[in-house]
Amino acid sequence: MAKAKLTFSDVAITVNVPSGTRIIEISEKVGAGIIYGCREGDCGTCLTHIETGSEHLSEPSVLESKILKENLAGRHDRLACQCQVLSGEIKVRPA
Amino acid sequence: MDQTMRERTGGRPGVPAAASHGEPTGAVAVAQGVHWIGALDPDLRTFDVILRTANGTTYNAYAVRGRDGVAVIDTVKEDFTEAFLARLEQVARYDEITALVLTHLEPDHTGAVPELLRRAPQAHIYVSHRGLMVLRGLLKDDLEHRAYTAVDTGDTVSLGDCTLAFLCTPYVHWPDTQCVHVPERRLLFTCDLLGCHFCDGRLFNDRVGDFRFSFEYYFEHIMRPFKRHVAGALDLIEPLEIDLIAPGHGPILRAHPRQYIAQYRRLVDPRLRAEVGRDEKTLLIFYVSAYGATARMAQAIHDGASENPHVRVSLYDLQGGEVAPFVNLIEATDGLVFGTPTINGDAVRTIWDLLSGLVDIETRGKLGAAFGSYGWTGEAVRMVEERLRGLRMQVPEAGLRIKLHPTDAELEACRDFGRRLSGHLTGHLSGHLSGSAAGPVAPKEIDMAALG
Ligand SMILES: Cc1cc2nc3c(=O)[nH]c(=O)nc-3n(C[C@H](O)[C@H](O)[C@H](O)COP(=O)(O)O)c2cc1C
Ligand code: FES
Ligand SMILES: [Fe+2]
Ligand SMILES: [Fe+2]
Repeated sequence: MAKAKLTFSDVAITVNVPSGTRIIEISEKVGAGIIYGCREGDCGTCLTHIETGSEHLSEPSVLESKILKENLAGRHDRLACQCQVLSGEIKVRPA
Repeated sequence: MDQTMRERTGGRPGVPAAASHGEPTGAVAVAQGVHWIGALDPDLRTFDVILRTANGTTYNAYAVRGRDGVAVIDTVKEDFTEAFLARLEQVARYDEITALVLTHLEPDHTGAVPELLRRAPQAHIYVSHRGLMVLRGLLKDDLEHRAYTAVDTGDTVSLGDCTLAFLCTPYVHWPDTQCVHVPERRLLFTCDLLGCHFCDGRLFNDRVGDFRFSFEYYFEHIMRPFKRHVAGALDLIEPLEIDLIAPGHGPILRAHPRQYIAQYRRLVDPRLRAEVGRDEKTLLIFYVSAYGATARMAQAIHDGASENPHVRVSLYDLQGGEVAPFVNLIEATDGLVFGTPTINGDAVRTIWDLLSGLVDIETRGKLGAAFGSYGWTGEAVRMVEERLRGLRMQVPEAGLRIKLHPTDAELEACRDFGRRLSGHLTGHLSGHLSGSAAGPVAPKEIDMAALG
């Protein structure tokens, strides 16, 4: 299965994950500072800054795009409870 | 009597609360061109389910008049809309209001926003970036007819002869909290920060009764879980020129306001130095034991963990102490281990008492583990582990359960369990727990499967 490297720069931990993993599945286990509210793409609490590798993430869904827009998110901000890690190396930190 | 009234009188329908000191009849001048236009709620006894107050609270809102306009800072809980608008009307016409600043969008401060906007539709709304989404939830489709801006630290709005300077101070205690500094008038609006649930019509800290207990109680239960964020907010606030602090609840701090900031700093910083070295981690082992089996396991885990020279291990019998001081210890520690026998299919009550006390502190990312002796089912250890995960702790070692009294071989397994826990703290094992304080080193790499 395809693998990706997901780095949480606030806690300096890189996790090797299978393609398709959502950031939310990992971030709490490693103690990264990303905070969740609804956990289903509705509240925008989990806004996360993608430092590098945003091209290796799944395209935002209609729902995620809407919430990102409402939160005036930058081009490199995503919802950690929604976006999936596909391949390559991705570095994230709380927005 | 309606439901809200009953809640406000603390579940004693028909019993009117006695109010400490009368309500000011109108708006109250706070500083040059600045008025308090909030409301008193002397009947409130329980706030947000978790907080109690013996004399109610105030919802503080303010009007700031500049040469070119009037800014309203926050509103009040919906039930108090009328009192708020009446005070506002004494100091400004609705068509003069140019700005409505919301320090966070919790209902106790935004209840009168829809009505205010109906009367002052031209008011430009300022919220933090994280506040936008809540604002949308509050105003729904109406938001599209409003002018609004999401602001950040460094953004300012001029009222002509004075400036609203925004400070983004998230998570004190909502995601969207922000403070507003008016440098020309040397005053700071702090939302719930530096506030308290204390109701006294004399309004100012040098005139109300002694409210220190409320101030610290509010910090303990509202701000303490967000200590890290409070420290960040204090970093922004401390350098400012401030003669007066205007919080969202409780007394306005005009007499030695800096002392209140300093007190927050003290509450955020560890009370006493823990006297541990910079390269040393701490591991606390708490246990309860009826017949001594879990106690012997605890001792062995302690001994094993202590072999690591970089980990300072402490052992506590929970039956020998009050829970609250242990919460303070836990706040400052790196790792926590809980030992409990299984009694009637559950962990013992004292353990749950301590674990439930941890809501007031930040536990995210600490190392957690559980162990215990059992007779036949032994579910206590798993239940405690679940709770530790619920507290966002990392639980890298499966809990250690031993049937009845441990044998010598089992005691060795306990020592080994202790060694591995220390190893996680100092990074000799999968090691990811030791990363946070280490600064800019290369990230530790682990596999997802190792996270359990
Ligand atoms: C009142 C009572 C209830 C118990 N209930 C359970 C139980 O539900 N499941 C279980 O596995 N063991 C149960 N036990 C057995 C204890 O977990 C076992 O004796 C254990 O070794 C006690 O550890 P301690 O010496 O640390 O107290 C129970 C023991 C007592 C005295
Ligand atoms: S947690 Fe609510 S959007 Fe992700
Ligand atoms: Fe609040
Ligand atoms: Fe509040």
